[in-house]
Amino acid sequence: MADLRDLYQEVVIDHSKRPHNFHKLEDANRSAQGYNPLCGDKVTVYVKLENGRLRDVSFEGSGCAISTASASIMTEAVKGKTAEEARNLFESFHDLVTRGNAPDDRATPLGKLAVFSNVSEYPVRVKCATLAWHTLRSALESSESVVSTE
Amino acid sequence: MHATIHEMTPAPTSPDVALDVQRIRADFPILRQQVHGKPLAYLDNAATSQKPQPVLDALLRFYTEDCSNIHRGVHQLSERATAAYERSRGKVRRFLNAAEGREIIFVRGTTEGVNLVAYAFGRQRVTAGDEILITAMEHHSNIVPWQILCEEKGARLLVAPINDAGELRLEEFEKLLRPRVKLVSVTHVSNALGTVNPVEEIIRMSHARGIPVLLDGAQAAPHMKVDVRELDCDFYAFSGHKVFGPTGIGALYGKAALLDAMPPFQGGGDMIRSVTFEKTTYNSLPYKFEGGTPHIAGAIGLGAAIDYVMGIGMDRIAAYERSLLEYGTQALENISGVRLIGTAKEKAGVLSFVLEGVHPHDVGTVLDQEGIAVRTGHHCAQPVMERFGIPATTRASLAFYNTHEEVDTLAAGIQKVKELFG
Repeated sequence: MADLRDLYQEVVIDHSKRPHNFHKLEDANRSAQGYNPLCGDKVTVYVKLENGRLRDVSFEGSGCAISTASASIMTEAVKGKTAEEARNLFESFHDLVTRGNAPDDRATPLGKLAVFSNVSEYPVRVKCATLAWHTLRSALESSESVVSTE
Repeated sequence: MHATIHEMTPAPTSPDVALDVQRIRADFPILRQQVHGKPLAYLDNAATSQKPQPVLDALLRFYTEDCSNIHRGVHQLSERATAAYERSRGKVRRFLNAAEGREIIFVRGTTEGVNLVAYAFGRQRVTAGDEILITAMEHHSNIVPWQILCEEKGARLLVAPINDAGELRLEEFEKLLRPRVKLVSVTHVSNALGTVNPVEEIIRMSHARGIPVLLDGAQAAPHMKVDVRELDCDFYAFSGHKVFGPTGIGALYGKAALLDAMPPFQGGGDMIRSVTFEKTTYNSLPYKFEGGTPHIAGAIGLGAAIDYVMGIGMDRIAAYERSLLEYGTQALENISGVRLIGTAKEKAGVLSFVLEGVHPHDVGTVLDQEGIAVRTGHHCAQPVMERFGIPATTRASLAFYNTHEEVDTLAAGIQKVKELFG
């Protein structure tokens, strides 16, 4: 169980059970949906982008502990950052979960995101950890009119 | 916990039922390994099953001694390969109790079998306004080929509903047997729920209205005796890799009269009698449907797998698995927070479940660390998941080489999941 505790750290389990920023963002001007057909995980990421900065970020959806916790911690990590900083952070995070690079090696400090460093030892779970990030990137690339209020 | 379960449901001891599971396990080299330092408990048999030594030997023998193409060569190797390939067709015929070898078409698997019928039979018989009837518990491979056909022909796909236990609602099914229904295509055993469908009734009701029936036997053939003549089904498809044979090979049974009247599926070598640029004459059954060099080694391996399971006896396998399934059902029902998905009275091989507050994907990762191989996800049956209002399940699926101890390991593994996420 020791190994699994490295994957499922308390922080991860807490965020998966009580995700932060877990709601629809009513005044979002960017959003995108992500879907992992392998496990059926679905996520919608909402962004309020102002002058190139992510003023607010939230998400909705259903997924496993890794994907939910990753989405939750991501929303906290990117809030207030510029779109470019968010993209750089995704690159560092992607390196972390695919190669397990120590966070202090990175140009972009990962902070709390470092709890996912052991995901790299579970290759089939990498997609769970990165689903929200891919969706965020799509949201940032989407045009302003995409957000639907349906 | 383990001891309690054992006391409640002892392993079968009746001599006509009992299998020597340890002896059987010795025939499956892959089962000897450890995963993450724990003995492998392979409980993903509905996805694919493991191969006994005789199947591995047959593959090796073909490639080391007999490898050549079939039906064309006059040389010794081709003669041996052809004989072995055709002997396997005979074994499949006996396995399904078909009347004639020419009613057995080698295909890549169940999916290709269903597609063959959709393409060759469906395109010939189905026209605009016609209907195809399936059920709400089908695998995607028994949904999508019909959607493609319906789209092309302007036909309609009808879906018979299931109840909360995951059983077909037979009276609703019968109401859907409308005049324009040209084919009924249903699964014999559900891959996501384990439900054994009342196929005799389904066939009787359909035939009473002159409608032919295709059975998807992917999850039935590994677990029970299948007799296509007693069932009187018109088509029956199954996959070799789920009956302990190689991947990439399977068989489609079709009644000779139906197959004879159908156009070919794929054009190519071996499916023709003569070819000129003006006119091509098709070969007779079964070769009309076997264009191109088939998976010769696979067919021979499938024959060896059939020899192996028939050597044990499908009835004995079914009886043993029934006891194992009952034992597993009880073990899982005893764990608070576990909800079984698929609680039909007639079930085979499958324990699909959700654990309160934990996503199946996380359950699967924790179980894997315990050496337990299960499948998590929608099991290529998304409409079934929607019917039960869940995104996915964890599915443990059984074979005759699984033991009661492995079921205990599964139950203990689920307890560990609960501890971790508790």
